[in-house]
Amino acid sequence: MSEHERLRVKKTYKLYVGGKFPRSESGRSYPVSSPDGTELANAALASRKDARDAVAAARKAQRPWAGQTAYLRGQILYRAAEMLEGRAGQFAEELADATGADPREALGTVEQAIDRLVHYAGWTDKYTSVLGGANPVGGPYFNHTTPEPLGVVAVVAPQDDPLLGLIEAFAPAIATGNTAVVLASEAKPLPALSLGEVLATSDLPGGVVNLLSGKVSEVAPHLASHADVNGLDLGGVADAGLAAELEAAAAETLKVVRRPGRDGGALDLLRQWTEYKTVWHPAGMAAGAGGAY
Amino acid sequence: MGSILSGAEAASLVRALPGVDAVGLEARAAGLATRSVKTTSKARAIDLAISMIDLTTLEGADTPGKVRSLAAKAVRPDGDAPSTAAVCVYPSMVATAKEALRGTGVKVASVATGFPAGQVPLDVRLADTEAAVRAGADEIDMVINRGAFLAGDLERVFHEIKAVKAASGDARLKVILETGELATYDAVRQASWLAMHAGADFIKTSTGKVGVNATLPVTLLMMQAVRDFRAATGVQVGVKPAGGIRNTKDAIKYLVAVNETLGDDWLSNEWFRFGASSLLNDLLMQRQKLKTGRYSGPDYVTVD
Repeated sequence: MSEHERLRVKKTYKLYVGGKFPRSESGRSYPVSSPDGTELANAALASRKDARDAVAAARKAQRPWAGQTAYLRGQILYRAAEMLEGRAGQFAEELADATGADPREALGTVEQAIDRLVHYAGWTDKYTSVLGGANPVGGPYFNHTTPEPLGVVAVVAPQDDPLLGLIEAFAPAIATGNTAVVLASEAKPLPALSLGEVLATSDLPGGVVNLLSGKVSEVAPHLASHADVNGLDLGGVADAGLAAELEAAAAETLKVVRRPGRDGGALDLLRQWTEYKTVWHPAGMAAGAGGAY
Repeated sequence: MGSILSGAEAASLVRALPGVDAVGLEARAAGLATRSVKTTSKARAIDLAISMIDLTTLEGADTPGKVRSLAAKAVRPDGDAPSTAAVCVYPSMVATAKEALRGTGVKVASVATGFPAGQVPLDVRLADTEAAVRAGADEIDMVINRGAFLAGDLERVFHEIKAVKAASGDARLKVILETGELATYDAVRQASWLAMHAGADFIKTSTGKVGVNATLPVTLLMMQAVRDFRAATGVQVGVKPAGGIRNTKDAIKYLVAVNETLGDDWLSNEWFRFGASSLLNDLLMQRQKLKTGRYSGPDYVTVD
């Protein structure tokens, strides 16, 4: 070997859509820098058509994902945590670069993110029992209420918490059987785009989580007005005026909206992306027919 | 339109056709597919494409109820969208479709002649055709005898198409070449000319039942055959790509190819059709997008 320093192979940060890693359909990219101004990489600048493709991929994946057993969804989320654990060092480095945080502090954040995935992995087969139930009714009926996934949830991820905040935003949505289109932090998208590699290798079916990087003001309005999106998380929309506009656009197509700044525990987050279905089941007839209830 | 040719004459004419420049054909098709059609032109193209659809259901599980709901959708796909050209069904469903479409202007097309393989005796294929016509089919979609064609027996294929044409009476005859089974572009060109010489009113790419269905190069080749046939004989024949055309972008590529290859004379559902089922929903969703500015989704069109 010569004494010359080796030329490093730089990573191309691409989108994660439908289980694949495409560049933006528009061919655009934008430079991403650390807070001290060091240029880190170029990330794909997603267009409205990338958002449309991501929603189509999420819609395609939603029914099979919701149809999996809750137990399997939990195993897959746990697997994602395993994959992230194995690459914690890399993510800590990327996070430190992106946010300017102390590397040890960044590692702590990555570990929190891993624990958060495990936490929601545990919820997948329990939230229905906690949120739903058997209701007492005055008649010969069993009356059950169960939470069911909304469908496709679009998430504008937090701007200043590019990994933990992003996982915190989409994990409860997919734990309950939704699929997600996530717009990563505009200025700090790199940890999220690397997370795509973790998700792609953790048995998570393609399209369940789709990661876009780009401008909130450009992409979010198309997600908000998209008729095939059922839920909208505005957690990462800093501009109050834009958030109000997005909420108005979402109302046109009957979406559940989570406003920026709203706080809540895990159960509240799980409940956010579900809707209740109540079933009346005639108990008398089943009993009369010798049903063993 | 009967043919004035004998089988031997038609076969020798067809055998004398020049070979196809496959590289040039595919490059031309790829070139046409790069056109971007937007806004008002796109809105027109979408409505034109809807009006050209033969809305198709060819399943063993078809029921009268399914055919009736398909017919209702063909007549009024969505709001002010135009009707489709026809509903395409199996012969046993023709009467149901005819009843559901009476007075609407939407035609009933029936596949016949032992669709999709065509591997039954000729008299059975002819009886199949006659039954469909008796039940009220306005159009017959026949399959050619690929076995005979690939064995080189062009005369037999020619005579069979002529016989089916005679059995179809006033119904317009679409001849399905099943290009996915013909293997080469040369064979597609030969089959196109053979069918047109035998009296086809339309030449159609595929049944939709084999692995390879309509592709743009194959359809372009058939358009060129139709154009050259009219130049040679004065007889105009229609083209129908079928199978595998699922979204608006694809449909518009075909319309661009029609416009560039055949011109205005073919740009109506009298002379160009799409054999499709899921295509209609995509066209309707794109139509909604153009109207409202919002992306639509499968919750806003029917489940077929």
